[in-house]
Amino acid sequence: MTVRQVVLTGTLLVTAAILQVTVVNPLDLPGGGPDLVLLVLIPLAMVQGPMSGAVTGFCAGLLVDLVPPAAGHVGSWALVLCVTGFQAGQFRFDSRRSALRTLGVVAGLSAFVVLAHAGVALLFGEAEVEGHELVSVTVGTVLYDLLLAPFVVPPVMGLARRAEPDPSRLAL
Amino acid sequence: MRDNPRTRLVFVLLLLTAFTLITLDARGGGTSLLDRLRASTQSVFGPIERAASAVVRPVSDFVDGVGSIGSNAQRISELEQENEALALQLRTSELDRNRARELDELLGLAALGQYRIVPAEVIAVGSARGFIRTVTIDAGSRDGVTVDLTVVNGDGLVGRVVEVGPGTATILLLTDPEFVVGVRMAGSMELGTVRGGADGPMGLELFNPQADLEVGAVMVTLGSRNGRPFVPGVPVGTVVNVRSTPGALTRSADVRTFVDVTTLDLVGVVVEPPRQDPRDALLPTPSPSPTPSPSVGSATPTPTPSP
Repeated sequence: MTVRQVVLTGTLLVTAAILQVTVVNPLDLPGGGPDLVLLVLIPLAMVQGPMSGAVTGFCAGLLVDLVPPAAGHVGSWALVLCVTGFQAGQFRFDSRRSALRTLGVVAGLSAFVVLAHAGVALLFGEAEVEGHELVSVTVGTVLYDLLLAPFVVPPVMGLARRAEPDPSRLAL
Repeated sequence: MRDNPRTRLVFVLLLLTAFTLITLDARGGGTSLLDRLRASTQSVFGPIERAASAVVRPVSDFVDGVGSIGSNAQRISELEQENEALALQLRTSELDRNRARELDELLGLAALGQYRIVPAEVIAVGSARGFIRTVTIDAGSRDGVTVDLTVVNGDGLVGRVVEVGPGTATILLLTDPEFVVGVRMAGSMELGTVRGGADGPMGLELFNPQADLEVGAVMVTLGSRNGRPFVPGVPVGTVVNVRSTPGALTRSADVRTFVDVTTLDLVGVVVEPPRQDPRDALLPTPSPSPTPSPSVGSATPTPTPSP
């Protein structure tokens, strides 16, 4: 990754993480509201590919783990979002083809993120998760993310593409 | 090209790192490196969140209020604009009044209980996806806030401090399932615990299985040693449903909290506990106080443990 990419990625992720806790979460929407960090991570990873996507996801996760008022174990979101970034990176060549497929990726990864993190939280005794709550948060996150994706994903993808150093170095 | 060995190696290394971090954090006591890392991120992100919240608050207040804008007739739009401006003025003054009232209540509670409190505003809220109910407030170690202090507002118990940065602190809300507080029933003096119930009511368990318990009964915090993490006498909630579980070793009930955690704004951190247990003095006055039946079943009159 170039310096430009790192700066862009960092700025977008930090902004998303801060807006999440100061703007979205205080609204107390039923079902939890959209996951802004995920909505920024997916297009970034889809442009960067699996390896950089995994690194970006890991850093995004550490950010979510550390930005107050996070109180879970450090590393749990890093683990989940690392896998998410890696997965989103696998769809690198699909992003140009169809917007619908990108939406599908957003929906699938939104559900994955909630369920996987709940699993990690239960595994390490980080939080108590109730079944009905897990369902409502999963459904809520998927729906809000789908609603917000058309406004967040294309611009972030555009910015990320412009920051790409050289389109021929796809193996990175 | 999709999954070359290098990509896989990096991916696996990252996963292992994350796993190591989690286990370190899960095992490590209060002095782990990760705790220090967290404290330092409080000092980095705290000011950013304060600034963001200061910028966002007036905007969101405004957006909340504006219902519909726009009309083709110029005159109507002019009138509407004027109306809007007046309404906004009204709203903001109402907001100020509201905040002043909240502050009054908070100070009132503090005066009643002879607490010394640090007032603070909620600036950030934890994500529902974390399944841990926490908020960040804009008071920290600079204001004398330390870990394991009681947090209250005008209505009663809000939570306890779990993490402190220089200018911000993280509060675990009382609705979190891992939040447990010792309580004493007002009137009957029965002892028990109240546990957070996520989105539902909190769960009360009285140690005395024969204790009298009625819907509408209220409880206050029992208080911990040296007032940490809980000072005594803070109103917690009202019994809304008594669960009858024959043969159970404890008496259990559902409790509705006095504090509405979804509309938290101004809170106070109790930095100095009262010299004397205020008993029931802090309960809301017009509450339908349950007939203080001298607990039938309890053989030993529970002495109030000194803090």
